[in-house]
Amino acid sequence: MIPYNTMVVLGGVALLGAAAGPIGALAVLRRRALVGDALAHASLPGLCVAFWLVGERFLPALLLGALVSGLLGVGVLAWLAKATRIKEDAALGVVLSVFFGLGVVLVGILQKRPGNKAGLDTFLFGKAAGLQWLDLLFLAGLALVGLTLVVALFKEFQTLGFDRDFAAAQGWPVARLDLLLLALIAVLVVVGLPAVGVVLVAALLITPAATARLWTQRLHRLLLLSAIVGALTGAGGAWLSSMIPHAPTGAVIVLVGAAFFLLSAALRGASWR
Amino acid sequence: MNRQTQDYPALFLRELSVVYHGRLALEQATLALDGPALVAIVGPNGAGKSTLLKAALGLIPYTGQVRVLGQPIDAVRSRIGYIPQRGSVDWDFPVSVLDVALMGTYGRLGWFRRPGRSEYHLARECLRRVGLEELENRQIGQLSGGQQQRVFLARALAQQADLYFIDEPMAGVDAATEATLFEVLQELRDQGKTLFVVHHDLRSVPEHFDQVILLNRRVLAVGPVATTFTADRLQEAYGGRVLALHEGMLTP
Repeated sequence: MIPYNTMVVLGGVALLGAAAGPIGALAVLRRRALVGDALAHASLPGLCVAFWLVGERFLPALLLGALVSGLLGVGVLAWLAKATRIKEDAALGVVLSVFFGLGVVLVGILQKRPGNKAGLDTFLFGKAAGLQWLDLLFLAGLALVGLTLVVALFKEFQTLGFDRDFAAAQGWPVARLDLLLLALIAVLVVVGLPAVGVVLVAALLITPAATARLWTQRLHRLLLLSAIVGALTGAGGAWLSSMIPHAPTGAVIVLVGAAFFLLSAALRGASWR
Repeated sequence: MNRQTQDYPALFLRELSVVYHGRLALEQATLALDGPALVAIVGPNGAGKSTLLKAALGLIPYTGQVRVLGQPIDAVRSRIGYIPQRGSVDWDFPVSVLDVALMGTYGRLGWFRRPGRSEYHLARECLRRVGLEELENRQIGQLSGGQQQRVFLARALAQQADLYFIDEPMAGVDAATEATLFEVLQELRDQGKTLFVVHHDLRSVPEHFDQVILLNRRVLAVGPVATTFTADRLQEAYGGRVLALHEGMLTP
């Protein structure tokens, strides 16, 4: 029998995975998967600064800080790729490591302060068990908003992904739709930070989408499947990590996601393409 | 749109210039063309043919003036159809043949609204018109090049536009598809629509098109095929080689 508190946490992380799956699928289809990873790593310094400013572990404030520095990182990334000779993959490597390095240093400094109970280090690899009711409600709310937008704008994202010029010729604001998708990725990354952590949260976006992609050639099924796989990955990982002492949630979630992927790959065999 | 002669040109460009990747792709293009017509846009590689379509559609920055159906493009988008080059699309994208045809109806649907029974009906009707009704559930990437181009045409039909911009529809398609494409394009013209088609095969221009735009970064000539598609003009556009290749096929 799973204790009530654990159930609540599992539900929250499942919803998180259910939103991360389809948004991750759109990100993968628009070739934005690694941008999510850069954004996640770049969010750490902002999270630390927000903690330093607020002085306590107030999740909405921490995540707002994380969002700001994550988006700043993506902004720097876009600028580097555009204004310099550096290509996008190299720019991504630079931004990701520099921001993350700064974040790790800040975590170290803030953790050393006397009387500190922030547990900022849990944001590295995630800790679902530590989440409070109110935190979960906040995270679930944001995840639901993201999920709703994906469902509401299904045909817009479908057309944008398949044929951007056609979408633009119809007069659709394709640049703003791309920005909205980036915003959705950013929000999901940030919302996933407490449970999955900076280092591995991008995997929650990418892996369920990759798994689902092996099973279907239709976008609506892809989104539905990645939501289901995402929910199972999140909940399964959170539950397993609560059973294994000292296993960070994020790491276990990634392994569960990988298990789904490998199982699918084995079952799908030759029909991968 | 009605079939009577309009009092404005279907496409009007004044001093349209486009800088693309740091070079002048289109220089002071000025033209006015009346519809209904099937218009070939021809010129050598890098002449700015696709650029002209994209600028007319407002997809890339330009200087100068563009009027489509007598108005700025943003005012008439629901009446404009577009078939981009086949290479510009992600063919691995998880959509079926029917999904793509259905996209032709999305412009009229507006935000958030889902396609309903009439949209599905129209999309299937358009697929039947191009002979692909059997393949509606196939993933789009599993089709041959010619079949993919037919899906694009079905999507354009579903747009039910009055004016079409079509970028190299005949590139890399089989003979049967080419025949179907020309048949449908001419049918649309006969319904009173105007179609601008970027076209590479000079030999088939006199047979299939009414009007021609000869382009080589500048507009070299515009007008009816019979009087415009001449050896002199083509030589101006392409240089000497083309004459040897196509002697006897051109209007003297």
